[in-house]
Amino acid sequence: MATNHLINQSTYQPVNLSTSQLINYTLFLADNALILGQRNSEWCGHGPVLEQDIAITNISLDLIGQARNFYQYAASQIGGPATEDSLAYLRTEREFKNLLLVEQPNGDWAGTTLRQFFFSTYQYFLYLQLQNSTDEQLAAIAEKALKEVTYHLRWSSEWVIRLGDGTEESKDRMLAAIDELWPFTGELFLPSAFEIQVAKEIVGADVAIIQKEWQKKVASVFEEATLPLPKDDIYMQRGGKDGVHTEHLGYILAEMQYLQRTYPGCAW
Amino acid sequence: MQIHDLEKIFLDKIEREIKIEPRDWMPDAYRKTLVRQISQHAHSEIVGMLPEGNWISRAPSLKRKAILIAKVQDEAGHGLYLYSATETLGTSREETINDLHSGKAKYSSIFNYPTLTWADMGAIGWLVDGAAIMNQVMLCRTSYGPYARAMVRICKEESFHQRQGFDILYTLSKGSREQKDMCQDAINRWWWPSLMMFGPKDSDSTHSDQSMKWKVKRMTNDELRQRFIDMIAEQVKVLGMILPDPNLKWNESGKHYDFGEINWGEFWNVVKGNGPCNKQRIAARKKAWEEGAWVRDAAAAYAEKRKAKAQKTELEAA
Repeated sequence: MATNHLINQSTYQPVNLSTSQLINYTLFLADNALILGQRNSEWCGHGPVLEQDIAITNISLDLIGQARNFYQYAASQIGGPATEDSLAYLRTEREFKNLLLVEQPNGDWAGTTLRQFFFSTYQYFLYLQLQNSTDEQLAAIAEKALKEVTYHLRWSSEWVIRLGDGTEESKDRMLAAIDELWPFTGELFLPSAFEIQVAKEIVGADVAIIQKEWQKKVASVFEEATLPLPKDDIYMQRGGKDGVHTEHLGYILAEMQYLQRTYPGCAW
Repeated sequence: MQIHDLEKIFLDKIEREIKIEPRDWMPDAYRKTLVRQISQHAHSEIVGMLPEGNWISRAPSLKRKAILIAKVQDEAGHGLYLYSATETLGTSREETINDLHSGKAKYSSIFNYPTLTWADMGAIGWLVDGAAIMNQVMLCRTSYGPYARAMVRICKEESFHQRQGFDILYTLSKGSREQKDMCQDAINRWWWPSLMMFGPKDSDSTHSDQSMKWKVKRMTNDELRQRFIDMIAEQVKVLGMILPDPNLKWNESGKHYDFGEINWGEFWNVVKGNGPCNKQRIAARKKAWEEGAWVRDAAAAYAEKRKAKAQKTELEAA
């Protein structure tokens, strides 16, 4: 692949050529957190009310903190010149492994809180398992992050309920957000090669268990929010885990990475 | 009691450094001055989120990104404290925000300047927060209790921000040629606007006299500005950079730095709405508020439903 050719010439780790699926898995966890953190941070200064501006920014900060922990761990596995920043700033859109869900645009407050709810529910059950991972590093990061995710899940559930059962307009907006985001939820539970491999070695989480818990939680929150669950036959998008993204990711990375790309090799 | 007596008690408290509290009698003009000043301060925190928020998505490292987010979030928190302090004077947050959007209430003129490079994050931390701290340290001793207490909390975080800002510039100043240039350029653009943050010269300051008598302000604009210049003129040496003022020089007899003339024409224009970003800043705030209206409505409607439901359950139980 052309991108790998480019990266091979630099001092940075060609992550996609990695033989270790644990590295890919760690990067997958990091990329999810970073991209959603990046998206949420777009709200900073633009939230609907000061308290919620603070809340969404706080979640963004937690996610970026998690991303840093995972990237640092990935970098230590890769060795050499790899750092949290080389992994975040110098990989291309074909190398990022994040879920398509997290790169979706913020939309309105309904879209943002629903995306957060879908993801936090997923992350909650994922970390719940991961904290028992035989990989001590993953277990430790998950254990620490779980405290934050518990808060994110509570906050986003409350907003789904509040908007679903608020005014007519807020319900309509929530319904539109469900329409928009639901097709990206299937990918959460389609295990990639690295997830299967890592799960087999008992260091990763079992996606099937997460799926069951996720469905239960979503159903109960939707019920309280007086929101209908989408039908079973909706076609699900996939590709993020293999680096096949929506058209949004390229722009996110262009913006995020531009300084590192313009002035390579500098300390900031 | 006669107004005259109340006023005497009030002035006596001021004299004896006893804080004025929300339920105490205070002259109308004192109340008005405080509402104006504290809400303006709150607005400055909120509008001030925008120039820095502008660089969150582009911060050059994950660590810097996290620090910047945390900082802007602190500012939102400061806005909250200050709106609460304003509310103790009998005005609502919403009313205050409407005044900001209509242009009736002001915010610090500094936030009408654009953030053009990453180095601006450093310059804002070092110079803008540095100037703010000068003001705020003085305000920790201001006569109105809720304001003084808010300032004590805010000051702690602000000094931290200032150090972070300096650290950004310090790193740039030790970096590549381009980074050094970026650093100097940011200092060049932010230096004069940060001096303007102390307000007009004492001779042109309309509110100063009364505010000093009431101990709302404890030092004059010019005194604070001079302190700031003396501090920064020393710190800039550590960066190996220069301040863009050919008239800046140490005055041995006065034991302070003399400096050049501020462009007051520019200052008044920015205050009046003609700065480079005045329109964008207010537009961004109004947009957030207007587009958030349905969210606030939904939250209120849901809270009402919950309340009704709880009451019904209570009735049924009884």
